[in-house]
Amino acid sequence: MALLEVQHLKKYYATQKAVDDVSFSVQPGSIFGLLGPNGAGKTTLLRMITGIFYPDEGNVLLDGRPFQAETDILRIGYMPEERGLYKKMKIGDQAVYLAQLKGLPRDKAIAKVKEWFEKFEMQSWWSKKVEDLSKGMGQKLQFVTTVLHEPGLIILDEPFSGLDPVNSNLIKEEIFKLAKAGSTIIFSTHRMEQVEEICDQIILINKGRKILDGKVDTVKQQFKENLYLLQTDSEQIPVTHGFTIKERDGHEWIIQLNEQTSVNEMLTQLIANNVNIKGFNEILPSLNDIFIRLVNGSQSASRQFQPVTA
Amino acid sequence: MNKTYIIIQREFLSRVQKKTFVLTTILLPLLIFGFYALIIYFSVKGNDDLKVAVADHTGLLKDKLENSESVQFTFVEEKDPAVLQQSLKERKYNGYIIVPAGFTAQKGDSLVYASNSNVGLMTKEKIERRINKAYEKIRLQPLLAPGVSIKAVDSTRAEIALQVSKEGGKSGSTGFAYVLGFASGILIYMVLLIYGTMVMRGVMEEKTNRVAEVMISSVKPYQLMMGKILGIGAVGIVQFFIWGVLIMALQMLLPLFFPEMVDQAIQQQGSMPAMTNAAQQPGMLQELTKNLNNTNIGMIAGLFILYFFGGYLLYSALFAAVGCAVNEDPQDAQQLMFPIMMPIIFSFVIMTQALNNPDGGLALFGSLFPLTSPIVMMARLPYGVPGWQIFLSIALLALGFLGTAWLAARIYRTGILMYGKKPTWKEMWKWAFTK
Repeated sequence: MALLEVQHLKKYYATQKAVDDVSFSVQPGSIFGLLGPNGAGKTTLLRMITGIFYPDEGNVLLDGRPFQAETDILRIGYMPEERGLYKKMKIGDQAVYLAQLKGLPRDKAIAKVKEWFEKFEMQSWWSKKVEDLSKGMGQKLQFVTTVLHEPGLIILDEPFSGLDPVNSNLIKEEIFKLAKAGSTIIFSTHRMEQVEEICDQIILINKGRKILDGKVDTVKQQFKENLYLLQTDSEQIPVTHGFTIKERDGHEWIIQLNEQTSVNEMLTQLIANNVNIKGFNEILPSLNDIFIRLVNGSQSASRQFQPVTA
Repeated sequence: MNKTYIIIQREFLSRVQKKTFVLTTILLPLLIFGFYALIIYFSVKGNDDLKVAVADHTGLLKDKLENSESVQFTFVEEKDPAVLQQSLKERKYNGYIIVPAGFTAQKGDSLVYASNSNVGLMTKEKIERRINKAYEKIRLQPLLAPGVSIKAVDSTRAEIALQVSKEGGKSGSTGFAYVLGFASGILIYMVLLIYGTMVMRGVMEEKTNRVAEVMISSVKPYQLMMGKILGIGAVGIVQFFIWGVLIMALQMLLPLFFPEMVDQAIQQQGSMPAMTNAAQQPGMLQELTKNLNNTNIGMIAGLFILYFFGGYLLYSALFAAVGCAVNEDPQDAQQLMFPIMMPIIFSFVIMTQALNNPDGGLALFGSLFPLTSPIVMMARLPYGVPGWQIFLSIALLALGFLGTAWLAARIYRTGILMYGKKPTWKEMWKWAFTK
């Protein structure tokens, strides 16, 4: 059974449809990517899942039961895109405070914070103030406060923005570990390379509507264009009817097979024509390409401003 | 543990543990006390050795000028201004007055007080008063029948106080009620402004730091808002309590530092034309204590705390609503605060009216209407207010708080996560009254 099921969720603002009939489900223990261009409605969608906003229509089911903000909130760790902490508060106190608000008793919260601070080598920060931290350090702290209470569902809105590669990796590792330990992770991003690396499943939304849903591999297969990279040492390759040459860069060729031609047929043909093949592999579209194609395909990428009439 | 309680705890501790809190709470009363002590010190010490030489050519004033600790008149035979001037230089006297022969102190006449230093208004009046009094006595004596002394005439002066008794109740002094009412009204006014804006800034801080969204994902907006309001309210009560204790303690210490202060006060009062009888003064002190006993101080203090908290809750909810609507720009806050400031200032105006006419229609309205009642009712209380009005006023205040809290919570819920342009009143109205 799906851990989280979102059914026909809708949220309309006065001037726009922020989320327009979006449904999907997330399996327990999986890493789920929510993709979309800026202003697509990702944050609104996440806010409805975390109980910050009430949907205008539709349901959010957690473990098959309707979402109860009062109690279910404790099982969710949410890191909003706009990072924010009390600037004047000591870091340790702050982490303990947020953990207490998530329902941990004080002594347990302190123990947990210490444990995580050790893991991230932040022990010496305890009595520093948030305003003394660099942006990246603040991000790490924010991540710690999000996962501190061991939530079953972790929702991260743009978790990697503003992090250097080292810290970015650190967080990525933690995300993997948490997923392995049984947590389910949803994160939104518009940086596709990370998605390809860590996500099991993605959905792509644009202008409030879902335009793509599936496993990363499946999606790639679905959008492949039969492109192959061919490396030879000859200056020329004979063009036969089975494929067309898309690009050439020295001894590297990008070719597109016709629908009917199989890879074996083409290779046999080339070998028969004395082409010395050094390398050959399929080019699957990157999620980035798919993303751009889909978003551009559905008219303009970003929403247009509409005059406020309300 | 209750989440609102955790929030209250943080809001309270984070403010109380600040250095500025300790400074303002402890230092402010000390500063005020030091200021008072300084004033008293100078008024006691500053002018006690004013020596005035009087060169009286008429010989009338001798033994008629009253000496006191602060002004000493010395009669000198020397008639030459140059010699007198010399004695000023030698610091034998602070100044001299020459009364020319044939001076009769008619209307329009004047004497000259010559001095090397500047003469303050108070000093000038002191000397003036004594000389005039001396001439009064000189002229009064010939008019009196033989055997009647001036002392006997003085003793005929009447000094009774008019006490106001309302509906056969305890008598009280209107002046005392005025001062007490004004003081408590002003205090509430300041409480509303200081702690109200503190709530507003707290909410703005949460919003601009973007911590609001993190918080809202753990607690309900309503809990966050109430936690903030109650936490800051607790800060206010603690601060007021410390101030009260400190000021009372220092007040009690005051006579220890200045034992002569009380005597001095008696003397100065005694020399006032209105109160020739120095024995009146202890009576004044007695009257003050009597007034304190007569007006039910316990009840007023209790109601003060009630109106303090009630008014604070009512207004801080509104301030919280304003805080959540503001983005980064403090100027927006100024603009949005204006409609909330209006009723506070309005209450202040009604209060001054109510002090002069405590049972008037405006005062009655002001002390019942929840937006103005904390200030206006406090001003009316020392005059005595019927019980039903107090109950009604408090009930309305409680209802008013529920109303503003409800309204603020709805605006807060939407506003705290709204970024971008400043909302218009129309938009805020929609946040409050649509689902």
